[in-house]
Amino acid sequence: MIKKIFLVGNPNVGKSVVFSRLTGVQVISSNYAGTTVEIMRGVLKLEDQEIEVIDLPGTYSLEPASKAEEVVVSLLNEPAKEEIAVINIVDSTNLERNLYLTLQLLEAGLPVIVCLNMCDEAEHHGVSIEIDSLEKLLGVAVVPTCAITGSGIKTLLEKIKDIKNKPREKSSHRDRWQAIGLIIEQAQRLTHRHHNLREVLEDASVRPFSGALIAIGVMLASFEVVRFIGENLISRIADPIFLNFYQPLLIKLSPILGDESFLHHLLIGDLINGKIDFKQSLGLLTTAPYIEFAMVLPYIISFYFVLGLLEDIGILPRLAMLLDNLLHHIGLHGFAIIPVLLGLGCNVPGILATRNLESRRERFIAATLISIGVPCVALQAMIFGLLGKFSGFYVTGVYLVLLVIWVVLGVILNHTAKGYSPELLVEIPPYRIPALSTLCKKLLLRIKGFIIEAAPLVLLGVLIINVLLYFKLFDLFTGLFAPVVKGLFGLPKESVVALVMGLFRKDVAVGMLMPLALSVKQLFIAAVLLAVSFPCAATFVVFFKELGLRDLLKATLIMCVVALVTGTLLNFAIR
Amino acid sequence: MKKISLTQMKGKQKGIILEISGGPGLQNKFMSMGIYKGREITKISHIGLKGPVAIKVGRSVLVLGHGVANKIVIESHD
Repeated sequence: MIKKIFLVGNPNVGKSVVFSRLTGVQVISSNYAGTTVEIMRGVLKLEDQEIEVIDLPGTYSLEPASKAEEVVVSLLNEPAKEEIAVINIVDSTNLERNLYLTLQLLEAGLPVIVCLNMCDEAEHHGVSIEIDSLEKLLGVAVVPTCAITGSGIKTLLEKIKDIKNKPREKSSHRDRWQAIGLIIEQAQRLTHRHHNLREVLEDASVRPFSGALIAIGVMLASFEVVRFIGENLISRIADPIFLNFYQPLLIKLSPILGDESFLHHLLIGDLINGKIDFKQSLGLLTTAPYIEFAMVLPYIISFYFVLGLLEDIGILPRLAMLLDNLLHHIGLHGFAIIPVLLGLGCNVPGILATRNLESRRERFIAATLISIGVPCVALQAMIFGLLGKFSGFYVTGVYLVLLVIWVVLGVILNHTAKGYSPELLVEIPPYRIPALSTLCKKLLLRIKGFIIEAAPLVLLGVLIINVLLYFKLFDLFTGLFAPVVKGLFGLPKESVVALVMGLFRKDVAVGMLMPLALSVKQLFIAAVLLAVSFPCAATFVVFFKELGLRDLLKATLIMCVVALVTGTLLNFAIR
Repeated sequence: MKKISLTQMKGKQKGIILEISGGPGLQNKFMSMGIYKGREITKISHIGLKGPVAIKVGRSVLVLGHGVANKIVIESHD
């Protein structure tokens, strides 16, 4: 009786897509090795029986070389062999390399079924695999699939039922590769194809000069598209909805609650010049939803749309190669660019993605740099909200300051953090044309994640602020920090509240800075200070879970020092 | 025939892996990715003087940091 099904395979063969197909659980999949850093579990119903399906991180072998691979091996050895089935997912376009793991799985005596994924793509590459002869040579069932469209999944399910244990004799590494050579010779036919445009581009993107040009072009275009979509979503959809439909409702509600009542203060907030101002009123029904849905969400949508495209086309690992040299100067290697880019969306998945970096030192450096120097979408939307109405120089200025901090802090950490930094060793996937359906699913998943994670925190943040403001409880607190904020940063002492609340959730802070009538210089300094501090409470939690209390305290201390130094320098440097 | 390290190879050159120095961990990782003694590889490119190296092994393209690329000794055809 099968109780558990494990999905095992090399990195970037589409395990997560197969997992989604089997269980209906939506998970994020992309075109680079190491998208899945957590072990995903779901349930498959097979003839009234519920079977647990476990999606494991990609691994090249059963002799673990990284932490993720260790986990795979220990999980596979845990349950009794009669109770499990292993679906070995194989990239048909690269059968030879994938079979190394397959043979190891068979040698380990595990009940295996081979799922030849990406069959459609193999055809395009001129690879044809004879299923019958591969089945004979391996001794187990082989099912061709295309998980993205779902073809072959049904057959896969039927064959799982009569999965059998066909152990192979254990062999040495060399013999294993030799055996694979023989299998390939008999089961795979290659049709020679002329270089097509895709291959020319693939080649060009890993060469120094053309690669750099392509990378810069792609990055600039990406920023433009993110900005364009974001701005249009705000001005054409979000703002009109809030101003034309939502505001009239609130205007009717306001007198009902009574101008001076506590409830009015809580729900609508302060009236600015007798009117509701979505950015400044600070009410649970006014500023809180406006910030989330009209200022941040549009950029979440546009950012994740573009990131999804870059991920699925396969551009990120190529960036990793081009940036490897530079990142070595700050104690990381090229692959660290992937967590950093994810961090530009939200620091939480960024820090989770540092699991792909092998050494603890690298993880600490990367996680610290992400939480201090990489602004998430919510934070960037706030920077635009605060400084957008002044000349573009100020917005660019914040990014420049962050970049300088990033480099300086990175170099310092590289020279001081103990441990070692391993070298880049990663596979570059072929360029792929993203499937619209997977792109949309991924985008929806991320939007849902954002709303579930951010909305309650923002509401709670606004609630806390309102209660504290109403009962004037902040005064004690502001007095305490006033010398630093006023003397060193040149900001009014009321901004302490915004800066501290910013640690809880950045989007809340902006609503608190707006009513203070700061000068451009003060706004600029406040924006930079908000940018260098941890983006939200969730970042603290994930940092603690991933790297422990000691490292979290270290990073927090570094953050305080960075904020103190940068704020003071800017205050005295800018006239 | 000459023995050179992977970093010294020119782009688009083919060669056979003669030796891999480095600990058992690295050897194992290389082995599972299809990089082992006697295997033919094609170098694709090299980023900068001390940068990573892209090679083609079988049907896969792999990128190796400069340090690890230096540990691979190649017998080059020309």
